[in-house]
Amino acid sequence: MPGTPETDSLRTLPGDDIRQVMWRFTDKFTHQMLVQSSRGVARGLVARLVAGGVRETHEWTPEKASLLQAFDEAGITALYLDPDMGGFIDGPKNFAMSLVAFELSWVDAGAATCSMAGHLGLAPIHEKGTPEQRAFYLARTCPPQPGEDRQTWRGAFCLTEPIPYVGVETGLLNGKVSIKEWPEGGEPLLQVEKRGRFITNMGFANFVTAAVDSADDRIKGSCMVILEETDPGLFDRGPATRKLVHQLSSTRDPVFSLTVPASRIIGGYTVKDGVIIPAFDHSGVIEAVFRRTRVTVGLMTSAKLLSAIEPVLRYQRTRFRGGESVTPGTARYELGLQQREDALHRLIDIWATGEASASLGFATARLFDDLDPIERRKDAILAERGIRGDRAAMKALAAVGQQAIPSIKAGTPIDDELARFVVLDAVASVLCPAVKLWNTGQGATMMREAVSLMGGYGITEDCPGFLGYKWTDAQLEATYEGPEAVQRRQLSVTMTNEVFLAQFEQWIREMRGIGARKPGTGACTLASAMTLWLWTLHHLQKATDADGAKLYKSSRQGVTFPLADALCWLLAARFQILDVLELEARAAESAEFHETAHGFTRFFTDLCHVQSAHAAGEVGRITAELVYGYNRHPSWDDVCAAGCCTAQEVDDLDTLIPGYAATARSYADVIEADGSHAPKAGPCVRLPGLQTFQSLRSRMDGCITGTRLAKDRAAEALTKVMIPEAPDYPA
Amino acid sequence: MEFHIVVCAGLVPDPLQTLEPVMGPAGPGLKNEALLPSVIDPWAAHALFEAAHLARARPGSKVWLVSLAPKAKLQQVLMVVAQKVPFDLVAVDGPANGFTDASACAAALADAIAAIPGLDRQKLLVFGGWESASRAAGTTLQMVGERLGITEQFQGVDAVTVGADGAFEVLERIEGGRHQVATCSGAPAVCGWATGSLHEPPNSPQVGMMNMRTLMPALQKARAASVPLAGAFGAAAVPSARRDTRVVKDMSPDAIAQEIVEWIRQ
Repeated sequence: MPGTPETDSLRTLPGDDIRQVMWRFTDKFTHQMLVQSSRGVARGLVARLVAGGVRETHEWTPEKASLLQAFDEAGITALYLDPDMGGFIDGPKNFAMSLVAFELSWVDAGAATCSMAGHLGLAPIHEKGTPEQRAFYLARTCPPQPGEDRQTWRGAFCLTEPIPYVGVETGLLNGKVSIKEWPEGGEPLLQVEKRGRFITNMGFANFVTAAVDSADDRIKGSCMVILEETDPGLFDRGPATRKLVHQLSSTRDPVFSLTVPASRIIGGYTVKDGVIIPAFDHSGVIEAVFRRTRVTVGLMTSAKLLSAIEPVLRYQRTRFRGGESVTPGTARYELGLQQREDALHRLIDIWATGEASASLGFATARLFDDLDPIERRKDAILAERGIRGDRAAMKALAAVGQQAIPSIKAGTPIDDELARFVVLDAVASVLCPAVKLWNTGQGATMMREAVSLMGGYGITEDCPGFLGYKWTDAQLEATYEGPEAVQRRQLSVTMTNEVFLAQFEQWIREMRGIGARKPGTGACTLASAMTLWLWTLHHLQKATDADGAKLYKSSRQGVTFPLADALCWLLAARFQILDVLELEARAAESAEFHETAHGFTRFFTDLCHVQSAHAAGEVGRITAELVYGYNRHPSWDDVCAAGCCTAQEVDDLDTLIPGYAATARSYADVIEADGSHAPKAGPCVRLPGLQTFQSLRSRMDGCITGTRLAKDRAAEALTKVMIPEAPDYPA
Repeated sequence: MEFHIVVCAGLVPDPLQTLEPVMGPAGPGLKNEALLPSVIDPWAAHALFEAAHLARARPGSKVWLVSLAPKAKLQQVLMVVAQKVPFDLVAVDGPANGFTDASACAAALADAIAAIPGLDRQKLLVFGGWESASRAAGTTLQMVGERLGITEQFQGVDAVTVGADGAFEVLERIEGGRHQVATCSGAPAVCGWATGSLHEPPNSPQVGMMNMRTLMPALQKARAASVPLAGAFGAAAVPSARRDTRVVKDMSPDAIAQEIVEWIRQ
């Protein structure tokens, strides 16, 4: 663009106009308003509560309860509802919920959890409830409209069981449901016995959606039931969980022993031969719910990383001011700790991780918004095609997926709605656990880095931006809705789906193309890392270890889990690059926006390059360990097998190739006449069939060329970026 | 008696940002001005909330918000303001950095108000900020009124109490923390608001959704106004920061007040 200096880089921190473009909601005004509303609550009430010390108690206090009214007034409570139920956003709300969680977590993720848990409690009813259940509960969870005088109902979701170390398997439910009474011709009354652990919103929930298993021959399988606080029996909220973090959400270990009508079974039931058959078992309901909400949790940690940038910058700049010898105009006064490269480089790493995780999270949330309507139509489409029953549906979808693979690989549009569903579903099944796993896990690690950049100040309650709290909170985010092992387990299955892998191959070509057009993005580095990962997956799926045991199988988590970890790095870096390209594309359309966006594009491009190098490094490390690590190292005990040669053989060859003996020992393992050899663990590894891996890895390492230059540029920009005079929320 | 209330409200840079005046090719401005986030001028915001309150109390009344500001920035600010109270937007695309010429600014605003379809001049109340959080020329609203032929003008307004006949009593700030009480027989009039007495309404997504139906079309058809930047400045410096921080907890309000009083006396 004429008139813009090519060296222009970051001048201010990115504002809403930049984020709306990168995260694709420039045309979604309801979402933009929601961001502002949530931000008002977060940087107003939530920040004041945290600064006022409400995190010091596990109990749900009146001060904490004031959050609920603030959520109601800001539209956060009604966000989950459709307009006909009092909400204000039509259609899927995954992305909108992610934006709200992001804004609240910018200040305190416990507040975000508090708002999300209400949606989570309602989600089973929203997703799978009967029309009557939806009408009853959704209407009551909508805050009162002007002129209405009623209480807003709050929900809690009760899945987790007590208690570790008492013989409870996490895959089984010990909550039980049985039939207490079944009047002739009337509705059965159920007896529900359920104990929960770590149940969010339990301090004030008016109703609970609980997972239970049948303890009665007259009820088939498991289900979810709705329990109300006024139901006959015991509705004991239990003691407050003594968690160390997320103190702005109420968490308790409740006990329920309640009698409820069978109409409370979520999704309803049928009766066949005197047996109640729930329409949905508990796992079907939970899958529909968690599949979406895990993305939101991942974005909570992203918000923390990005929120840490400004406080750390301000701390670095002002670190030495106030000292008698530090006068305005001196480098020590103006730059403070930013005179030191390490302080800048580490902050760049934090920022790059934050950008990548936010890009991955928001892209996934948007993808679920695309998937939701098709998923809801899927059954109807299958019925239109005469396909009935779960097994037939799975077979049909698998066939549709196979047919779609050539189009996916070619990157051509897929017109068939069912095929689009199969592709989106395959990708979503990978992205969802990836967001949850990587954003929270790597996010927690990088939050520790952010805290460390503040010195001792970082680990005090007075740290601006509440960074110490954010770091420890991140650890719980890594556990909520399925700890890291659950996400790795899911990824290890879904990432081998042929449809996903076809998509992944197309993404490699896409990144290579971007690398050709925009070499500074790191897309080419990423493409090389993606190729290496894919080759490794295919290799491990066929390979065996030194004892002949198969490597890629579900029980071999030492293989599958690290490979899942490596994939997450790649996905995050890819979406980060795509977001920056979107910013660049929009900037090219308008001279006015170009003026605003140009510096950000350059800076974010450098961050992409940095992050791609990190991703490539992780992929290289992990794949090398997996590819080599399961082979037994050659031993001096079996020199023939290891391809060694003897001193005699070297001397013999020297007669044919003069000078050979002089150089042989530098590139071959030689056993001397007295049996001695070079001092090392064994002969060097020469594994047949791994030349491709070595070549791919070597190429990827070379692709990292230039990334440190990008990091230097980005670091330089940090010394010049203008930041606000003061934080916009108290600390 | 219903009113047609037009609120003139500009944007100002977010006061938390570093605001460094610089001379550019087009005149004075702020360093990185295009990148700085903006907020609605807080003085004008009081006027808007008072206008909405008055309109709600007088059935049949209507509120317009007339804003001279860069369109892109106005859109961002409206995502907050539009959730506060209902209004129709009249957007005029132009600079809003505190360096605009007050006369030209008033002319652009008056022209925009005069062009509002269906506006009844006999019911017209022009509201705005008595002051501004940017440069505070303190004359713009008066000139808007003059250009519209409205001679009943009140500045530093903290309250307007309307009687059954449409006449209203106005409290204007004067020295010493006191108010001057004036009575006006009715519209049209200009009120430059001080802070009024209303708190900022909470965000309401429903109000926002309702406003958004008209706001975005209004933004799209905002016409550009040629408003020159005023003069030049010799020098500007950020006041030197004085920091004397102590972290004290559990201090009583009386003790805090006493300390502040002593600090002021120094």
